[in-house]
Amino acid sequence: MQEVVLETRGLVKAFGGFRAVDGVDLRVEQGELRSIIGPNGAGKTTLFNCISATLKPTAGQVIYRGSDITGLPLRRIAHLGIGRAFQITNVFPSLSALENVRLAAQALGGDSFRFWVPATRLHGYIDKAMACLATVGLEGRAAFPAAALSHGDKRKLEIAILLAGDPRLLLLDEPAAGMATEQVPELMKTIAELRRSGERTLLLVEHNVNLVMAISDRITVMHQGRVLAEGTPAEIKASEAVQNAYLGTS
Amino acid sequence: MRFLKSNAGGLALVAALIAFPFVLSLLTGEALNTGTPKFWQGMLAQVFILGVYALSYDLLMGVTGVLSFGHAMFFGAGAYTAGILLKYAHWGLLPVIAAVIVVTLVQSLLVGALSLRVKGVYYAMVTLAFAQMFFILAEASDFREYTGAEDGLQGIPVPAWLSPTHERLTFYFVSLAFCVCVYLIVRRIVSSPTGRVLVAIRDNEQRAQTVGFNTFAFKLIAMALSGVLAGLAGMMSALWNLSANAGMLSTGTTINALLMVIIGGAGTLSGSLLGAGFLQLVGYWLNDAFGPRWPLLFGLVYIVIVLFLPYGIIGTWRARRRQG
Repeated sequence: MQEVVLETRGLVKAFGGFRAVDGVDLRVEQGELRSIIGPNGAGKTTLFNCISATLKPTAGQVIYRGSDITGLPLRRIAHLGIGRAFQITNVFPSLSALENVRLAAQALGGDSFRFWVPATRLHGYIDKAMACLATVGLEGRAAFPAAALSHGDKRKLEIAILLAGDPRLLLLDEPAAGMATEQVPELMKTIAELRRSGERTLLLVEHNVNLVMAISDRITVMHQGRVLAEGTPAEIKASEAVQNAYLGTS
Repeated sequence: MRFLKSNAGGLALVAALIAFPFVLSLLTGEALNTGTPKFWQGMLAQVFILGVYALSYDLLMGVTGVLSFGHAMFFGAGAYTAGILLKYAHWGLLPVIAAVIVVTLVQSLLVGALSLRVKGVYYAMVTLAFAQMFFILAEASDFREYTGAEDGLQGIPVPAWLSPTHERLTFYFVSLAFCVCVYLIVRRIVSSPTGRVLVAIRDNEQRAQTVGFNTFAFKLIAMALSGVLAGLAGMMSALWNLSANAGMLSTGTTINALLMVIIGGAGTLSGSLLGAGFLQLVGYWLNDAFGPRWPLLFGLVYIVIVLFLPYGIIGTWRARRRQG
């Protein structure tokens, strides 16, 4: 059996009396591409935010490679090798695409407290940033301010920023949200390739089931804050419970 | 060589400012140390000092995106520290400069460590409270012996070679050099890895945290740098005025910094210097023409600038050039 990279134990997030996430146990193995799907309001994004430390869970634990990371500050999560991309585009709008990615690379190096050397002279970070931009196919847009990029390109930039942090676990929240339909398959292909044959583990939250069927190893279906079903794409497709709760009605 | 080429405009400006007193003396036929030439040397020396103060504020507000309502506390602390040490401890100028740096560094780190725990308007309010505290301290009659309380600290002895009254030209060049040095230092810092993080924090602080930066530490660094530079500007101001007063610590002094940075263009650095020139010179002309009610008119000018040049003079100019 593969090593378990990410695990949640009895994770609960309540907003007042409403339990958006209601006791979720999740186990994601090394090298896996796991998708979490579910209808609107199923608690996908809340679960995602609890895992990535944006929200503090009401109860339960998040375990990363055997250590409890529940409630750690955001920046510590990044240094552990967990990278997250947001559902809402979240970049540095006035900085160039290259600078967006370069900063993420710099964040993990030891040079951020040097204030007497021009940043352009530290070629290591720039080269790495260019490589990450190339991975997502944005190398031609390196000098563009992030705010001037198209929505699809911003989503790609988001992933490039993520890659610059050398993550071993990538958390992606609806990476294709708002993208033009014809651009989506290409993005999904890029995402599937990010695993690099088992080196990286991916956790993907997605509303649209069809997008993740082809690329996921396993799929977790959420419904009303709980895990409704879990299995391979084929099993999920065949599951009657899932069809009733989700596929049939949405 | 590359430095010369890419900074041609700035270098020409510095050369013009070096030549300025001599040209003015030739044109008016008055000696360098009298009349019009002397007056304008003083006018511009004040612009340079204000420019450093505005730059220090731009580093915090324009570059890092942290809006402080208490910046005057560092300016005033620099002025009082220099004044008290020169007048009562009879220290030399170099140890005084060192003391101003240490005092404002400690002050900004302490105030920053406490106030940066909250953000936005709350941070602005906490810094305002701190600045008011220093303002009250400066006016308190308990320390009249040292601060002169509401009369201010009068008669600060300035070394004879730097006397703004007798050696006006020297003072002019010293403040010009001070301003140019601080500008180059701040510009270099902004383009460094640390400076890039500050810009990233302004753009999107939460994102900066997610990629792994301890944004609190970087904002504290910005505050310390900005506090020390404001303190040095305050020291120069005390040397120019031969006095320090509680007004230097007042909200008005902070508002001036805000005005200069916004008029010139927040985050542009050179805009702060332009804003300082604008505030000082337009203020002078308006005062000359309309008397003590000039701030009323300056308010109108300010509204026009904000309406038509939303990114300040330099900021809007840069944006236009990028588009066209």
